[in-house]
Amino acid sequence: MSLNSREFWTVFHGMLVGAVFLLAFAGGLATLWGLRAKSLTGEEIDRRLRHLRWGTCIMAFMCWATVISGTWIVYPWYRAKSPDSPRSQLLADSEKAAWHTFGMEWKEHVSWLSPFLITAAAFLVSAYGRELARQDTLRRTVLALYGLAFFSAAIGGLLGAFINKVAPIA
Amino acid sequence: MAVIADADRPTGAAMACLLATGIGCAVLGSAVIGCEAFPSFKQAMDWWTPAGPLSGKSSVATIVWLASWAALHLAWRRRQVSAVKVTTASAILTFLGFAGTFPPVFEAFAKH
Repeated sequence: MSLNSREFWTVFHGMLVGAVFLLAFAGGLATLWGLRAKSLTGEEIDRRLRHLRWGTCIMAFMCWATVISGTWIVYPWYRAKSPDSPRSQLLADSEKAAWHTFGMEWKEHVSWLSPFLITAAAFLVSAYGRELARQDTLRRTVLALYGLAFFSAAIGGLLGAFINKVAPIA
Repeated sequence: MAVIADADRPTGAAMACLLATGIGCAVLGSAVIGCEAFPSFKQAMDWWTPAGPLSGKSSVATIVWLASWAALHLAWRRRQVSAVKVTTASAILTFLGFAGTFPPVFEAFAKH
């Protein structure tokens, strides 16, 4: 049971850091959503904030690792000029070409919005702490950043999974 | 949206972060459109041939995002900054970023 270099980096990009980021979203969303001073004690707010600080910072790290490994390690294999590269295979078949012209073109760009958005969310959680629980508008702003980060990463993850199924990196 | 109106901490750091995020998103969207519209710009964005123009587009957006965040943070960190104006501007810039990365939008600027 072994993985070659390309298989390892594809798994790292799509299943380790990428999927962990997407899976962690639900936990962070529930914690952020329920972080209201009116319904929680001070101790409970502090406990949740500790989780949120760690959670959002780890998610930001995962997100950066995903886009950097995707752009600088996996993507060059995808777009290699050789006829057996996934890009060449997709463009050679008119029925599959849209996986590149629409799918990959959207994925490779929109995914890069995610690290900016989740880093901003992590900064606001870390810097403003308890004020998140006191001020609904600040909490909603962080929720918006958090949700948009997930949206852009989810598009990238979903399209990546489909494209890797149609034309895997070998 | 009146964000952090009664914050203990000045709003400046949060507003700097929000606006810089919008700027980073808009720069990425604009770079994608720029590459479609201007072949010379696309060539200029090809910082590392194996990854093609994506290497330049993503790097430029990251550099501008970090630089604008640092500059805005230094300028605003001890100030109360208008949350309504900054949040609105950031929302518009972020929307432009998403729009610019959507293929039907940036392909409309392509030179055929």
